Amino acid sequence: MFSFIARRVGLLIPTFFGVTLLTFALIRMIPGDPVEVMMGERRLDPEMHAQAMERLGLNKPLYEQYFDYIGKLAHGDLGESLRSRESVWGEFSALFPATLELSIAALMFAGVLGLLAGVIAALKRGSWFDHGVMGISLAGYSMPIFWWGLILIMFFSVGLGWTPVSGRIDLLFDIEPKTGFMLIDTLFSDEDGAFLDALHHLILPAIVLGTIPLAVIARMTRSSMLEVLREDYIRTARAKGLSPARVVFVHGLRNALIPVLTVVGLQVGTLLAGAVLTETIFSWPGIGKWLIEAIGARDYPVVQNGILLIACLVIMVNFVVDILYGFANPRIRHQR
Amino acid sequence: MNTSNTATEVDQSLLYPSPYKEFWHAFAQNKGAVAGLLFMSLIVFCAIFAPWVAPHNPSEQYRDFLLTPPVWLEGGNWQFLLGTDELGRDLLSRLIEGSRLSLLIGLSSVVISLIPGVILGLFAGFFPRLLGPGIMRLMDIMLALPSLLLAVAIVAILGPGLINTVIAIAVVSLPSYVRLTRAAVMGELSRDYVTAARLAGAGLPRLMFITVLPNCMAPLIVQATLSFSSAILDAAALGFLGLGVQPPTPEWGTMLASARDYIERAWWVVTLPGLTILLSVLAINLMGDGLRDALDPKLKNAA
Amino acid sequence: MSLLEIKNLNVRFGDASAVPVVDGLNLSVDKGQVLAIVGESGSGKSVTMMALMGLIDAPGRVNADALTFDGHNMLTLSARQRRQIVGKDMAMVFQDPMTALNPSYTVGFQIEEVLRLHLNMSKKQARQRAIELLETVEIPAAASRMNAYPHQLSGGMSQRVAIAMAIAGEPKLLIADEPTTALDVTIQAQIMDLLLKLQREQNMGLVLITHDLAVVAETAQRVCVMYAGQAVEVGQVPGLFDRPAHPYSEALLAAIPEHSLGAARLSTLPGIVPGRFDRPQGCLLSPRCPYVQDTCRQQRPALEPKAYSQVRCFFPLNQEVA
Repeated sequence: MFSFIARRVGLLIPTFFGVTLLTFALIRMIPGDPVEVMMGERRLDPEMHAQAMERLGLNKPLYEQYFDYIGKLAHGDLGESLRSRESVWGEFSALFPATLELSIAALMFAGVLGLLAGVIAALKRGSWFDHGVMGISLAGYSMPIFWWGLILIMFFSVGLGWTPVSGRIDLLFDIEPKTGFMLIDTLFSDEDGAFLDALHHLILPAIVLGTIPLAVIARMTRSSMLEVLREDYIRTARAKGLSPARVVFVHGLRNALIPVLTVVGLQVGTLLAGAVLTETIFSWPGIGKWLIEAIGARDYPVVQNGILLIACLVIMVNFVVDILYGFANPRIRHQR
Repeated sequence: MNTSNTATEVDQSLLYPSPYKEFWHAFAQNKGAVAGLLFMSLIVFCAIFAPWVAPHNPSEQYRDFLLTPPVWLEGGNWQFLLGTDELGRDLLSRLIEGSRLSLLIGLSSVVISLIPGVILGLFAGFFPRLLGPGIMRLMDIMLALPSLLLAVAIVAILGPGLINTVIAIAVVSLPSYVRLTRAAVMGELSRDYVTAARLAGAGLPRLMFITVLPNCMAPLIVQATLSFSSAILDAAALGFLGLGVQPPTPEWGTMLASARDYIERAWWVVTLPGLTILLSVLAINLMGDGLRDALDPKLKNAA
Repeated sequence: MSLLEIKNLNVRFGDASAVPVVDGLNLSVDKGQVLAIVGESGSGKSVTMMALMGLIDAPGRVNADALTFDGHNMLTLSARQRRQIVGKDMAMVFQDPMTALNPSYTVGFQIEEVLRLHLNMSKKQARQRAIELLETVEIPAAASRMNAYPHQLSGGMSQRVAIAMAIAGEPKLLIADEPTTALDVTIQAQIMDLLLKLQREQNMGLVLITHDLAVVAETAQRVCVMYAGQAVEVGQVPGLFDRPAHPYSEALLAAIPEHSLGAARLSTLPGIVPGRFDRPQGCLLSPRCPYVQDTCRQQRPALEPKAYSQVRCFFPLNQEVA
């Protein structure tokens, strides 16, 4: 088991370096004056320009610049936002919990509903339910989620007035950000109705963000379950006189979940991409919205290191999923 | 013994149908796929003949008819079947023009990423020790970022617009082709017919492109179809974020960006462009599913 | 009274007009007896036993005049009642041990499952007994093997585990569906010996499905030869080998490699087993039978007792009574 984990960690390191190389290269590729790009200031006179180049290390050879960059990263210096002058890391860590909360809610929604729908669809293959689940999931991942969000807002927020249109919580409430998770913080605060309000704000964005993962998980669970139910060991289980429930849920599901787990892990990437769109629509103050605004405002330090942070996040999650997969699937564990 | 008694002359063409006939027969069994094909044919038709099919000029603003509802609602007008937007432009014409853009983006991004992707994948598969690991590491790094974010990053650097959108989407789809081709190639390389070709003296280019590649086409075709549909979605997303095709060009996603403010007043401006995206992508995905089902079983039988 | 009695078993995949995979089969097995079912692939031998165990799913349909096991009428049992018998009094060992075990659970878990369900053992008792069972099937270091996963075992070991799982419920009837076909030749003999040893020790009825006649000669008391879903000959073992009555049985015997020593080719029957669309009007073997006559082509023979065995043939061979 340890060698399995060690091997996976070994793969992490070059990937991390590769991503830093990517973000480093990305920023260097922006057309225009590098000082302007880095500092956001234009038309400096030649002397100030030269000084700035010196200070930013822009006249050093590229590989030296790269090592400087890595050095800074190792010290936790991710630069400053051009707009707010706050540290990039500071802004990221302040906004990240919002995205995390949204993503977890979306994933829970997608996971629970998707698994359930997939298992039932597989058990009732060819029925109305099965066709319905397949149809809805196909529509689910064919749909532009920003449009889906707008439609739901149109219907539920504007039309029926059930949910609010934007934000995490009503401005009337003053919640102290202890954990950054609105649902938890509102429970700690003594404001009446704050928790419910936070929940109301969370529902629609979570559904929108979770729609594509829901579709993918439902489909994957169904096909995985169908494949597993055809396997010989299911026949053996039935030949042992086990109850149908036990055959499906103990013998079948355990094996069916394995490929689904990989898919769920891969959905994290989709979630982050979707978060960008969802946060924009619902004005949800997370890192997705932060990144898009930075791009629009040409706040390049934020863009560069924001992308780096997000990439690292995705890598970490994939790593954890890989490890969990090893736990779930004994065959992989013992492999070379 | 047995066969001589049942002496009916069997139609040879039914016994050994051409691969195209077999494929079409399998494909046609999937009703969803056929529906998808029909819808896409409609879209392609609109795209090709847009200037003649569209009732109006997509950029013409009819100042007297701002935010007209679609014809079946109160206040609708037969002149503007699907209504008009906030600048009085006919929605139907804009959607038809938009189909041109979406198909163009989809097609060009697929072609631009398919060719290098397949070539890289071939090399990675044929040289698993020399080139393989390097190429795959690069692909893994590209895949470390969610595709939309990478596309956003690329567009952030290159600047917004149609061409950069195509480039960004092409770059983002590259890794899947490389991975797919490499996996397929490595599977085929262990087969006897490749060894036979090698022994017969086939040179590397011939081995790659004539011997092995045609047998890897099936998953590639399916992937290309799915890339096409995600290209449309990504292009729309970029347009919506203001990073892709810029207004007033009627890309479906870009149309939705300006429609946000009209949720309460003019739902059709919001609903219809998105609906077109949904139906197009759905149609392509259905076709892709049908393609996979029609091509895969053949693979299984041939094995 | 026999342990297992099957009368006129029909299994179809589809509606009543579909071709039967098992057609009018009669079988019986007594306590402590070994019955071999022989036939080529597609003859319906596995399907027969799966039907008995209740493992045939829609669109398959099972019909029979009688399907009695240990006094229970299997046709009228509820699903729950059937599950109390299957895995306990009647158990099955399948052909490919590498896929028959669940890869996500340990060997111990899978054996204990049977013990806890059918014999109501506690966790501790089940574990203890499982170790004993592994020892009975001659797996070395049984206690540590309990925590092994199926993919860590070889084919022979896996089949031993499968056998342990099958006998865990202390069955009165054990069905072995080609238990050695997927194993190495060197292991095959060991597994067969094990099965027979267990059968003797526990006085179980054993139904051995196989296509290997040599094994039949050494192990079974009675044999049922199947062809295209029908039983064509049912009789005592030494008798069938000395005096095969049905032409198909004769052909099977002739095809044993040892009987063709020195010849250029193995002797075979020309043609192939009838499929769905070319079932003959008369005897199913008529297109291929070297002794075929007009009657054979027009009518279907029934399985009837003849001189030494039950035979489905209008002109059985070797009928002279010594």
